[in-house]
Amino acid sequence: MKRTAIASAALAAATVVVANHASAQVSGDTIKIGMITDLSGVYADIDGNGGAEAVRMAIADMGGAVAGKRIQFVVADHQNKPDIAASKAREWFDQQGVDMLIGGTNSGASLAMAKVAREKKKVFIAIGSGTAQLTNEQCSPYTVHYAYDTVALARGTCATMVKQGGKSWYFLTADYAFGQSLEKDTGEVIKANGGTVLGSVKHPLSASDFSSFLLQAQASKAQVLGLANAGGDFINAVKAANEFGLTKKMKVAGLLVFINDIHTLGLNTTQGLYLTDGWYWDMNDATRAWAKRYMAKMKKQPSMLQAADYSAATNYLNAVKAVGSDDADKVMAQLKKTRINDMFAKNGEIRPDGRMVYDMYLMQVKTPKESKGPWDYYKVVATIPGAQAYTTKLETKCALWK
Amino acid sequence: MDIFGVPLQAMLSQLLLGLVNGSFYAMLSLGLAVIFGLLNVINFSHGALYMAGAFAAFIGVSSFGLNYWLMLLLAPLVVGAFGVLVETSMLRRLYQLDHLYGLLLTFGITLLLEGVFRSFYGVSGQTLEVPESLAGATDLGFMILPNYRAWVVLASLAVCLATWFVIEKTSLGALLRAGTENARLVEAFGVNVPRMVTLTYGFGVALAGFAGVLAAPVINVTPLMGSNLIIVVFAVVVIGGMGSILGAIVTGLALGVIEGLTRVYYPEASEVVVFVVMVIVLLLRPAGLFGRERT
Repeated sequence: MKRTAIASAALAAATVVVANHASAQVSGDTIKIGMITDLSGVYADIDGNGGAEAVRMAIADMGGAVAGKRIQFVVADHQNKPDIAASKAREWFDQQGVDMLIGGTNSGASLAMAKVAREKKKVFIAIGSGTAQLTNEQCSPYTVHYAYDTVALARGTCATMVKQGGKSWYFLTADYAFGQSLEKDTGEVIKANGGTVLGSVKHPLSASDFSSFLLQAQASKAQVLGLANAGGDFINAVKAANEFGLTKKMKVAGLLVFINDIHTLGLNTTQGLYLTDGWYWDMNDATRAWAKRYMAKMKKQPSMLQAADYSAATNYLNAVKAVGSDDADKVMAQLKKTRINDMFAKNGEIRPDGRMVYDMYLMQVKTPKESKGPWDYYKVVATIPGAQAYTTKLETKCALWK
Repeated sequence: MDIFGVPLQAMLSQLLLGLVNGSFYAMLSLGLAVIFGLLNVINFSHGALYMAGAFAAFIGVSSFGLNYWLMLLLAPLVVGAFGVLVETSMLRRLYQLDHLYGLLLTFGITLLLEGVFRSFYGVSGQTLEVPESLAGATDLGFMILPNYRAWVVLASLAVCLATWFVIEKTSLGALLRAGTENARLVEAFGVNVPRMVTLTYGFGVALAGFAGVLAAPVINVTPLMGSNLIIVVFAVVVIGGMGSILGAIVTGLALGVIEGLTRVYYPEASEVVVFVVMVIVLLLRPAGLFGRERT
């Protein structure tokens, strides 16, 4: 009796799964947005469910329909594994009629998804991942790279620090596509500004302990420790740097820092830190208004990525509306000729290489005294015009922009 | 003086840091070894319970204003009590079945615990301050050692040795070991074996909770902190010999040191070196370094 009860419960659960699957397959007459990001791992707070909520807000703001068609939305977790991201993307394009794919955090996963989207001729918008390869060596006519990239991060934070006297650098680098890309791009900026790179040590993603790596950095006698990592790795590295007294001898440069990281570490540990960001909730009335709506749903302030998710989804849907079709070529053409003006970007432009170019900001973390309370963390030190922040036409290796 | 191109000073400091990490491995693998050795259960939820210990400390300090030292005592008790609950309500029913069932159950508990903490706290993590009496650092000449890390080594060594002593050298330990060899015979002497087994499981997971509290001030407290560590800890137990108490302690410390050295010579391999050692040990001594072949 007991066994039958369990069996029927399992069967019921299986039916629910199948039913979900079936309803998701109804396509053709809907505009379907898919999002594949890290929902459970180290990057889940900077994008994750908050990012998915932002896309839902964009869809709701369009009234749930565009060009007379209903808008559908599906989300999946790639667990920071490029192969899962690629196979999910393939399944969605082939079987579920997904028209546009948003790729969240993790550069390895985004590069894999961009390849699939190119093969299937579908619009792919990369938002959470940093690697500049997406619009350089590996650019594609169907890829749009929104928010930031490693080149912009390098030019923002690093150029300023070198100019302020931080001439010699040592890197602590996450050992995968994003970290390597960031180290390389930052290294070039350092050399261009007359500084030197003394060396680097590579650590695996979600490393358990940073103390040995930091001692090696300290032994290098460099003036600046560049942290070419993100999320939980960045947090643990900064914590250990404080604990071992490294911060007294070296300046620490966070090359990719999100507001969630500052929130975790607290201002005592992070005050004075320079970082580059593309968006901050407390910049103007439009950002504050949107952040307030987001806060009401998620109980925390949005990161740059979550705001970008909203903006990208909205602009995609507007492009679909303008051309009256979900044909990827037509939509891409429309996206590339329309300037982006919303709470996320002013006069943003999607270039032929797929890069969405807009102004970036050099921020400094406030001192505990300057901050008025939770989430009041940044002051804008400088605005970096988009044309200076990103790869230029002279530098690009992208065939689409020659 | 250089050792293979690395200055002696740097070498000494890396060895010491290896020892710090090794003491976490030792404490966690000790709990696993106790549980496996005495209950024959592969406790996959060990990492999640370590995380739960860290969170318990964080919650106690931030929400209830308790201090670190009290939590060092309280958190393992809470985690241990949770373990007792799990053992009496679920795990106990699986003893007569294959190992795999216990593993699956405890794996499920891991997913459950991680999910619960993730939905409440997200993955960015929480910060627990180092207690004031242990803040600061000591200059050892060859390196600056944060006082808290020194405390971690001392505390974990003390706990490990005490556990080893109780199980291997006292009459209580003898009863425990006898109870697992032949429960019926020991029961005939008037010993309540099921209760003894329950308390052993509770103690094993309390060790994980204790390690969690020790770790909380130095690493980011996140729901995933346990799963990042647990696979390495399992490898430590396998290398030391499944169920061997002394093996778990010695191997834990030794592997921490080996890992530390790898971080100097070839950092990219630092996360795999433990598994390379595991493969070599399994090829040469399938029962592990300190394990006895069971016939």
